[in-house]
Amino acid sequence: MDKVTVIRSRTVVMPQADIDTDQIVPARFLTTTTRKGLGKTLFADWRYDKAGAARPDFLLNRPEAAGCAVLVAGHNFGCGSSREHAPWALLDFGIQAVISTGIADIFRSNSLKNGLVPVIIDAETHAWLLSHAGAEVTVDVATCRLTLPDGRAVGFPLDAFSRYCLLNGVDQLGHLLAQGEAITAFERNRAWQP
Amino acid sequence: MTARSLFDKVWDDHIVVAETPETPAVLYIDLHLAHEVTSPEAFNVLSARGIPVRRPDLTLATLDHSTPTVPVRTLADLERVSDPSAARQIRVMLDNCRERGIRMLDFDSDQRGIVHVIGPELGITQPGKTIVCGDSHTSTHGAFGALGFGIGTTEVSHVLATQCLLQRKPRTMAIDIEGQLSPGVTAKDIILAIIGRIGVGGATGHVIEYRGSTIRALSMEERMTVCNMSIEAGARAGMVAPDDTTFAYLDGRPLAPRGAAWQAAVRRWRALPSDPDARFDHSVSLDAADLAPMITFGTNPGMVVPIGAAVPADTGDASLRKALQYMGVEAGKPLLGRPVDVVFIGSCTNSRLSDLRQAASIFRGRQVPPGVRVLVVPGSQAIKKQAEAEGLDRVFRSAGAEWRESGCSMCIGMNGDTAAAGQLCVSTSNRNFEGRQGIGARTVLASPLTAAAAAVSGRITDPRELLRP
Ligand code: SF4
Repeated sequence: MDKVTVIRSRTVVMPQADIDTDQIVPARFLTTTTRKGLGKTLFADWRYDKAGAARPDFLLNRPEAAGCAVLVAGHNFGCGSSREHAPWALLDFGIQAVISTGIADIFRSNSLKNGLVPVIIDAETHAWLLSHAGAEVTVDVATCRLTLPDGRAVGFPLDAFSRYCLLNGVDQLGHLLAQGEAITAFERNRAWQP
Repeated sequence: MTARSLFDKVWDDHIVVAETPETPAVLYIDLHLAHEVTSPEAFNVLSARGIPVRRPDLTLATLDHSTPTVPVRTLADLERVSDPSAARQIRVMLDNCRERGIRMLDFDSDQRGIVHVIGPELGITQPGKTIVCGDSHTSTHGAFGALGFGIGTTEVSHVLATQCLLQRKPRTMAIDIEGQLSPGVTAKDIILAIIGRIGVGGATGHVIEYRGSTIRALSMEERMTVCNMSIEAGARAGMVAPDDTTFAYLDGRPLAPRGAAWQAAVRRWRALPSDPDARFDHSVSLDAADLAPMITFGTNPGMVVPIGAAVPADTGDASLRKALQYMGVEAGKPLLGRPVDVVFIGSCTNSRLSDLRQAASIFRGRQVPPGVRVLVVPGSQAIKKQAEAEGLDRVFRSAGAEWRESGCSMCIGMNGDTAAAGQLCVSTSNRNFEGRQGIGARTVLASPLTAAAAAVSGRITDPRELLRP
């Protein structure tokens, strides 16, 4: 995982609530055996027409979305299926942070393991962002703060360990592997065996 | 000692390294279930780093998501009927499991089936275990008083490599349901009503414990239906306290403990239910007598109403308006009587024997009208065999329904079983997301009784009108 420290970008705004991971990557693309190249499947059923041509009116296809690394979405983003293909596709497309008032648990956990920053904020700031698509914002992982164009900053929750992993590009498997002795002791000493 | 909930007890029993402000807990996993779709990249991670699977004996694999529901006994059969990338994915899964010594319930296994159906059926899902799978409906296993939750593929690699996960302790929510269900109202209606009440994000960050006299009176299969859809309320997991119903279900199953080990296990399991004064972060209560058969009208499971009720009026809410437009549903009008194109009876929510029996009770002696396609897909090969022994397959077939091999099928539309754009499908599965059953397909979630009633009448119908004494 690459280090993630500060993301500065214009926003692209999808105001709908409850955008599920079946929309982010439809199931028919899950027959892949690799995480690579999923960006082209991102929001496929919203983004392309039946013939596979880009729909000009879909948000991510519009010229002003080009180069945006921050997605502002409606409440409860990423609900539904556990597919990690969802953050893989967002990252492959170029999105590095998702901002909402609520982000579903499994999607949030998957995002943090891949360097996609989940930014959960209060309703008022969220409402401002929804009505100011394209605003230039800064997501600072070190301070857990989102800064708006007028300099106003709000905090977002990020546990110390996830923040450490993002800032240092550490993947969590290494940390777990280092617990080998404790795991062996646990297996040996527990009162019952599965 | 402070009073602890069922969840607290299972959690505490699996702490390898305690949580600190800086680091999450290292939580031991007793059972990892695997299927073909979310595992390949996890095995790739291990291969790339040269890491072995720590406990191949604690992973059980099967084929369900992209596996066809027409008879397939070998890879060569598969390659004839399946799309090439789905076939490749299954081949990769079989190779990974063979090379790493993981038990795989393959095409030729009588024990193959949907991953969340076979764990309980084999008796390897047990009270007090931590159970994970690269699949959000792992919450199903909580019906046994296990802590079961879905994980992503990176976490699958963590479990394969270390048998552990890094986790922060979730919050808890008690949902109490008291009273008796009316005829025609099922476990599916309970969970749909709960999701309608608390919303699709209502339990985010929480583990739910379902309690009360209504839950205690449910069979294990019904409890599984309830716990299965906990994730549709956003919960990490759903749990039910283990009791005599649980133990009677598990006793004698192939992978359940036997003899002295069984006695010891039951003693341990009896200590798991929440202490009387255990605290929960939130609580919700429902009266079973108020519940009716439920149907969804929109594009998430929280958009749900009692079957006779009108869908909500247009309040100008953009998400609701988009959902109604996708579904071709008029605001403020009931769905009752609307013609259906497809009915799907199956999925890890409602594909067990009792579900098939309920559906069959409606199909018996009735016919599916021309132009309606009905697919009945048992949750496992074992259920298929039992259903056939009872003659349920003949009931479905003579009514005009298709009777298939086990698998996820039209729940997710990855194996060739899909509904067409614009078609209305009444489905016993758990997700009515846009495109879930095929591009442009419109899904109405309901119980097996309601789905069967739609199948034989060709319209959305209150199943209570077709119940027989
Ligand atoms: S039946 Fe549906 S929800 Fe259940 S595991 Fe299969 S795809 Fe997932």
